[in-house]
Amino acid sequence: MHDAASPRDLAIEFRDVAYRLDNGRELLHNLDLQVERGETLVLLGRSGSGKTTTLKLINRLLEASEGDVLVEGQPVRSWDVIRLRRKIGYVIQEIGLFPHFTIERNIGLVPQIDNWPPERVHKRVRELLKIVGLDSDLAARYPRELSGGQRQRVGVARALAADPPILLMDEPFGALDPITRAELQREFLNLQQRLQKTVVFVTHDLREALLLGNRIALMETGRLMALLTPEEFVHSSEPIVTAYLEAFGTDLQVRRSH
Amino acid sequence: MKIWQFIVQNYTQILDLTLEHLWLVLVSTALAVVVGIPVGILITRRPLLNKPVLGIANVIQTIPSLALFGFLLPAPWIGARADRLAILALTLYALLPMIRNTYAGIKGVDHAIIEAGRGMGMTDRQLLWQVELPLSLGVIVAGVRVATVISVGLATIAAAIGAGGLGEFIFRGLAMVNDQVILAGAIPAALMALAADFGLGWLEKRLSPQ
Repeated sequence: MHDAASPRDLAIEFRDVAYRLDNGRELLHNLDLQVERGETLVLLGRSGSGKTTTLKLINRLLEASEGDVLVEGQPVRSWDVIRLRRKIGYVIQEIGLFPHFTIERNIGLVPQIDNWPPERVHKRVRELLKIVGLDSDLAARYPRELSGGQRQRVGVARALAADPPILLMDEPFGALDPITRAELQREFLNLQQRLQKTVVFVTHDLREALLLGNRIALMETGRLMALLTPEEFVHSSEPIVTAYLEAFGTDLQVRRSH
Repeated sequence: MKIWQFIVQNYTQILDLTLEHLWLVLVSTALAVVVGIPVGILITRRPLLNKPVLGIANVIQTIPSLALFGFLLPAPWIGARADRLAILALTLYALLPMIRNTYAGIKGVDHAIIEAGRGMGMTDRQLLWQVELPLSLGVIVAGVRVATVISVGLATIAAAIGAGGLGEFIFRGLAMVNDQVILAGAIPAALMALAADFGLGWLEKRLSPQ
């Protein structure tokens, strides 16, 4: 998998990483994984497969028990954790918005704690609202006054605020109705084409994985079972992959690889 | 009704004792807020301290008030004046609701919100001031409310050690077997408790996130 002679431009790398709880239960076993700059890597798996754990090891919300996680070639444990996290956008299901902040303050949070001048934060917020397709009138509202789809757009805007090179997305569209979800997935693709971020995207939805990912990492009980492009995935004959394909039916759309 | 006559005739003294009572309650509650909130925050940061601190505060709460006054009597400086003694005792009683509610309020903030904040690179201090405290303010004020209402009641007992307050009338009335004198102390104290409960209840509602 890894070509030592011509090292690719890696944004994130897992080297033989294990994660154990305090009680000794191992949630992640010997994970080796590379994420290239500018790609969207989807972590696909059912609940408890270790995909969210993998994600949280990248921004050090969890610390690896063994092995190394590298971001931009540097082990995360040697990063200043606050600086590391501000370089990494983080989107979770809608509940992660601060209920007592206006939309403007929610989106401008990272620039604000990074001490940008207020004028610049304000400008950036307007810009982001436009990027994620929200009306600028919403800036003064509170999260509870928005629909689920709007809140999720705010979540994406907030993660993009300080223009981080890496985005971590943990089932960001999981709580949305199918129509809004499809809309946001399309917009995500458009956005990603323009911004070329390195994205690690967690989902349990195969359709979403095939549509959004450049590569799909299939996980099960804390192990990486397969690492394939969407094209390879739908044509694979590995039992664990075919089990997935059968569960989701036949009319699967695949992202056009580039 | 004779009680109203008694109140009208003695209104200056009732007013004095009410102010004295209010003073005991305000100072002790303020001290409990100043000590209790930081301690409550501390035990959310140091889980090991959580059980011993809440345990001690609980035990203090179970000491009968008259006995607590007695225990504190030999303390230097404090024991020298009855009002200091009363204020310290009332503060100790008010600590438990303050610490417990601060702790519960912060612990009750949605974990996903905290994680989002940490994931975006907020420092612990930013998380505390911008997220945890604003979102738990309603619960913390509920603690102040409980502490204040308890203090108004307990402060009547402070008269037993000569610290003044509306308890003076109550103890005097008991000694004289005179209901009117007892009521002259009890009615203003009850009104004070109701006012504190209502006022802080209103504040609590306003500060709670919808």
